[in-house]
Amino acid sequence: MFGRLTIEALPLYSWVAVGGAAVTVGGALLVAIVVTWLKAWKYLWTEWLTSVDHKRIGIMYIVVALIMLVRGFVDAIMMRAQQAVALNSGGYLPPEHFDQIFSSHGTIMIFFMAMPFMTGLLNIAVPLQIGTRDVAFPFLNSLSLWLTSAGAGLVLVSLVIGKFSTAGWTGYPPYSGVEYTPGVGVDYWIWAILISGVGSTLSGINFIVTILKRRAPGMTLMRMPPFVWTALCTSVLMAFAFPALTVACGLLALDRLAGMHFFTNAHGGNMMNYPNLFWIWGHPEVYILILPAFGVFSEVVSTFSRKRLFGYESLVYATAAIAILSFTVWLHHFFTMGSSANVNAFFGITTMIIAVPTGVKVFNWLLTMYRGRIEFHPSMLWSIGFMVTFVIGGMTGVLLAIPSADFLMHNTTFLVAHFHNMIIPGVLFGYLAGYMYWFPKAFGFAFDRAWGARSFWCWFVGFYLAFMPLYILGFKGMPRRMEHYNDPSWQPYLMVAALGAVVVLCGIGCMVMQLYVSIRDRDLTRDSTGDPWDGRTLEWSTSSPPPVYNFAVLPEVRDREPFLDMKERGVAYQRPAHYEDIYMPKNSMVGVVMGALAFVLGFAVIWYIWWLVIACGLAMWVAMIAKSSDDEAEYVIRAAEVAKIEEARYRALGSRAEGGT
Amino acid sequence: MEHPTSEHGLRTYLIGFALAVILSVIPFWLVASHVLPPGRTMLVIGIAAILQILVHLRFFLHLNLTSTPKENLLAIVFTAVLIFIMVGGSFWIMFDLHQRMAV
Amino acid sequence: MSVMSAAERAHEREEAETREQKALGFWLYLMGDAVIFALLFATYVIMVNNTAGGPAGKDLFDLSNAALETMLLLISSTTFGMASLASKAGNRSAVLAWLLVTFVLGAGFVCLEIREFAGMIAVGAGPDRSGFLSAFFTLVGTHGVHVSVGLTWILIMSGQVLFKGLTLPVTSRLFRLGLFWHFLDIAWVGIFSIVYLPGLL
Repeated sequence: MFGRLTIEALPLYSWVAVGGAAVTVGGALLVAIVVTWLKAWKYLWTEWLTSVDHKRIGIMYIVVALIMLVRGFVDAIMMRAQQAVALNSGGYLPPEHFDQIFSSHGTIMIFFMAMPFMTGLLNIAVPLQIGTRDVAFPFLNSLSLWLTSAGAGLVLVSLVIGKFSTAGWTGYPPYSGVEYTPGVGVDYWIWAILISGVGSTLSGINFIVTILKRRAPGMTLMRMPPFVWTALCTSVLMAFAFPALTVACGLLALDRLAGMHFFTNAHGGNMMNYPNLFWIWGHPEVYILILPAFGVFSEVVSTFSRKRLFGYESLVYATAAIAILSFTVWLHHFFTMGSSANVNAFFGITTMIIAVPTGVKVFNWLLTMYRGRIEFHPSMLWSIGFMVTFVIGGMTGVLLAIPSADFLMHNTTFLVAHFHNMIIPGVLFGYLAGYMYWFPKAFGFAFDRAWGARSFWCWFVGFYLAFMPLYILGFKGMPRRMEHYNDPSWQPYLMVAALGAVVVLCGIGCMVMQLYVSIRDRDLTRDSTGDPWDGRTLEWSTSSPPPVYNFAVLPEVRDREPFLDMKERGVAYQRPAHYEDIYMPKNSMVGVVMGALAFVLGFAVIWYIWWLVIACGLAMWVAMIAKSSDDEAEYVIRAAEVAKIEEARYRALGSRAEGGT
Repeated sequence: MEHPTSEHGLRTYLIGFALAVILSVIPFWLVASHVLPPGRTMLVIGIAAILQILVHLRFFLHLNLTSTPKENLLAIVFTAVLIFIMVGGSFWIMFDLHQRMAV
Repeated sequence: MSVMSAAERAHEREEAETREQKALGFWLYLMGDAVIFALLFATYVIMVNNTAGGPAGKDLFDLSNAALETMLLLISSTTFGMASLASKAGNRSAVLAWLLVTFVLGAGFVCLEIREFAGMIAVGAGPDRSGFLSAFFTLVGTHGVHVSVGLTWILIMSGQVLFKGLTLPVTSRLFRLGLFWHFLDIAWVGIFSIVYLPGLL
């Protein structure tokens, strides 16, 4: 009846694990209680969970990302604490538990923090920046969100029922095969990734079509804001690279479930093909994450330097070049697998080449700031912190691109320091810059600057403290993922690294305070203009938060910085002569239901509850058919109603102008 | 998108069908009859397959350089390039490893 | 409908644009699927000699079966083309008839494939026998699953044509189903050229 699910699945093997499970269950209960207490279930369901509005979906993506950021960070600080004390002793985490923690840390941060954060920013900003009313496929957008959330849910549940994978975030066989790791851990990992991967592929397709087909009149490709360009390239990578991950994980699942021999030791398996397939996705993934962050930096640096972006064309070409080159470097993740010198040299060289367009971009941002009137908004702080720190990671990357050097550094903490040096300042700082930049647009009130700046400084200092020692430890030969060790000369560095994690914890605390203070003071800091930064692109031309239809009249674009151009021509706040009916997509509960079914389906496969797998599969099938046969997916907002909403906005704009002068 | 008259459309499908049949029969017949050495046969199989894929794209999926939207063509060409990189790279990497395993 | 307001005309235009967007989106999905197939093909070629002492393609494949499957799919692609032409001409019963023919041919293909798989498993050459057979069953089976999904979709669309008529949304879906069905035939060209014919050489 319940497959291999028994009472043994509860995490009673250590107190730390019980604590983790208790926090997870307690957190979920707390949320449920608060929602019930506020009597907000119906509001939540009709306005948010079933919403197909890209702005709300974007916000929900970022909520998922922030929750998973905290969860992933708890894993991180636990590892740092373990390594700080585990000299010649077991520390406080048994090896089996420590292995789960580094596996879930990587999985969460890549798939369930960075990916949803990125998709959330795309959702909030891209349709507004290109001047459209929604994405091309609003329902698919909701489905993507809920599939991603289902995957995240599986990772969270693994803390309470059963164990998570101990095979690292890459899950290399044969260790991850059923012969060596028979439990449910690797299955949790596989199904969380497969389910959310489908969501990411669909998001990619959705945004490609949105950007190519739904731009406002006059917005040619070379007039698109830089963030939209990076979003387009990222979407292309998502749509074309995620299938490779589906294949790699799908074949591993077949090995484990059906006794096949793709990656096994015996019976003609070829385990070396797994890293090959995995990194065909894995390297583009790095650029999937970082390109939108580059886009955010481009927007932020230009806005807060009060200058046009320097070398727009070169930035666009560099982005496109990176997108294509990112498919040609994947072997550098496994130089040490034993390829001949020719193969290693080829991929080493392509890796060095891809650093060139990235370097071009750094000059774009520096020269945009040069002689600009820089305003040190928190978003700008993240951007400057990124530039300073990212180039260090870039240099260590080019160092690792030399195969002979990689042979020495591979699998050491030097590598760990390198990719954290790309992903924290590059990806996360970028997303946080975007989060603080677009927050007032999404919610209509200001985001507290002081706490934002404090958060930045903690993250910035904490990052250096946590990862510079790991570079040194890598040179000293410390392998990554060590549960304990016996070299006393490593310990001081590991203690500094642990201190760094504590400083980052303060940074996360400041982010929580920033949210709290901003929400508390929201009535004092309402933004009636919709344009708090004297912005340049179209998202600032509508109100904050934008009405459901974004633009009452679709804007006409004449310049690369269309809103600045409108303001200069004095037409930015002109009332249109008349309004027209607007057709918008209806909300749909199918997305959230499909997500819930995908979650149960994944859970049932993991625990071999086959009847439930079949039931969920059939239910999803029926839901999809019902949704795809629905011809009445839109509703009308009448012109009179549009006029009423817009009049209210012009009144607010007017009263502010009078109050201001 | 094309809106041919139905007679024109019918002809397109029938030409496509005839070409596809020919391009299928040749390789099957070569394998059944062993008239060519294996290496040559493989070459013909490969060429016939590529031609047949082009026939399908042209006559069944109605792709052409004038009426198909630019984005769709770009997506197909881009995919072809990516498949070349991914499959070609995989072969290069895996057969190189195979050789070095000396099996 | 002769007197349309400007908003309604704009909405009509929007609907046409939506159809075009859906076509592009569906093409992109197909291209992602093509990448999946390409990597399964690559994996098959990498593993084709890993028979682990078990049977190889020469011992298992049947040329006439593969030829029959090829013909069934090819004819079904053409009959789907007839359905598309009938849909353009607005001929509802012809659409239904051609969809039915296509369904029968596709179902025949799936039956042949199931028979082939069952026969292989019966002689101990199942997907768990060797790396080669894992790759074979996964590649060919993935195609078979796609065809089965296509068959279900044909049934659903037949129902829609029957009950809703050839409305704009229905013809737009028929168009995408056509893309899907023709795409599967292309994948099959890869399968017989890379799996069956070289295996029997």
